[in-house]
Amino acid sequence: MPPNLQYALYGILALLVLGTLIIGLKHVFKPGPGDRELWLRMRSWWVMAGLFILAIAVNRQLSIVFFALMSFLALKEYFSIIPTRRADRRVLFWAYLAIPVQYFWVSEAWFGMFIIFIPVYLFLFIPLKMVIVGETQGFLKAAGTLHWGLMTTVFSLSHAAFLLALPDSGSPAAGSAGLLLFLVFLTQFNDVMQFVWGKLAGRRKVIPKVSPGKTVAGFVGGVATTTLVAWLAAPYLTPLVGWQPIAAGLIIGIGGFVGDVTISAIKRDLGIKDSGTLIPGHGGILDRVDSLTYTAPLFFHFVYYLHY
Amino acid sequence: MRWLQAAFFLLLVRPFLALVLGVNLRHAERLPLTGPAILAANHNSHLDTLLLMSLFPLAQLYRVRPVAAADYFLRNRFIAWFALNVMHILPLARRPKPGEPPLAHIEAALNAGDILILFPEGSRGEPEKRSELKSGIAHLMEHAPSVPVVPVYLHGLGKALPKGDWLPVPFFADGWVGEPLTWQGERASTMQALEARFAELERQGGYAAWE
Repeated sequence: MPPNLQYALYGILALLVLGTLIIGLKHVFKPGPGDRELWLRMRSWWVMAGLFILAIAVNRQLSIVFFALMSFLALKEYFSIIPTRRADRRVLFWAYLAIPVQYFWVSEAWFGMFIIFIPVYLFLFIPLKMVIVGETQGFLKAAGTLHWGLMTTVFSLSHAAFLLALPDSGSPAAGSAGLLLFLVFLTQFNDVMQFVWGKLAGRRKVIPKVSPGKTVAGFVGGVATTTLVAWLAAPYLTPLVGWQPIAAGLIIGIGGFVGDVTISAIKRDLGIKDSGTLIPGHGGILDRVDSLTYTAPLFFHFVYYLHY
Repeated sequence: MRWLQAAFFLLLVRPFLALVLGVNLRHAERLPLTGPAILAANHNSHLDTLLLMSLFPLAQLYRVRPVAAADYFLRNRFIAWFALNVMHILPLARRPKPGEPPLAHIEAALNAGDILILFPEGSRGEPEKRSELKSGIAHLMEHAPSVPVVPVYLHGLGKALPKGDWLPVPFFADGWVGEPLTWQGERASTMQALEARFAELERQGGYAAWE
């Protein structure tokens, strides 16, 4: 493993320890009713970071399997919360099959196929399967919701994994794994910072109709902190130079926010608070990867255009 | 066949349920830890039995007995072997021969301290739709008036594997465990109380119909 990547992983561990200490101290000196929730959330951070670091540390293939599994859980959660039609049960099975195929393109580093498989071929194939089933009641809505789920949970998220398929030579500082770590860490860090800034200074709501918890201070403070850390970390983990780290920070900060509120809008539409209960303290897996569904493709294409 | 059953659940059933389904159980603390007890669940799928059995620790599994229709599960030699030895079912004659007490062996199992799994709807029926409860469970409760009946409302398994289909499709499943209930003194009121428990659990879930 490149030394820079190792230092970055130690840095993440240090942050986890720091977070745990802050929550512990808060519980001792300023106990509140939300402490248990915070504690659960922190514990889940340890588990998620641990799994992610383990996957990255072992090898590329395991990391790709890690993301494929994440896509599967996210798609399963999506299909479980949206209203599906009984007639489409087997169509959903084909939609699930897209996951191993899409991640196979990733592991083969076949960019051309990776980038069109879901937006073109599955976009055309899924309605065909639905026509063969023959149920026309609610056809358009079903075709739309199925494709939206595939685009979000499989196509978008697989962009994070495709960073690993890029040649290491394009990112001499820490290899392609450095880019992945940069993206995933900053996306999650941005979520936490938006939460923290919102709690500390948040007053005016940004979009009360969609997500009443989001404040202007949370958004601006989060994006600013993320951009600062992106600027500091970019030389060690990415090939980004000059103005590029600042732009990458803004892309991740703003994109993460938009991904978050998009899933919030869906949950509001369906009348549910969390997308699931898979991750204690966070909700479902969609609640955790919502920001990544925006930041992964945006960051990928930014880096890909500039350096590959 | 105790080891075979434990191995089947540990190596196949539990990993399958964890990956393909992923079960979110509310009020797991209401599950009976020791028998005699009866788990009464709504029935949408063959997965219901596997799921309910997998909620118990492996050491307890042998004491968990699904009550299953003899005409269906003993219909040929292979299925009968699997049902009796691996699933460890208590076969129930849906149309008992006159003069034969149909519940005798089931009461015996309760007396021995087993935990029974019972589907009072009688069959899987339409997926994700509750059907009317059959009164067989009240007969059993009358004969074992002190045994607690724990209602479990399951959602999502009928989507994953409905009646008449063989291909499982992944969905998250929900289970709601209700407060236990015992014999109410007469059949009608016992059935009403059980029906009310299921209706309440279903209402808490607030699920949209699956059309």
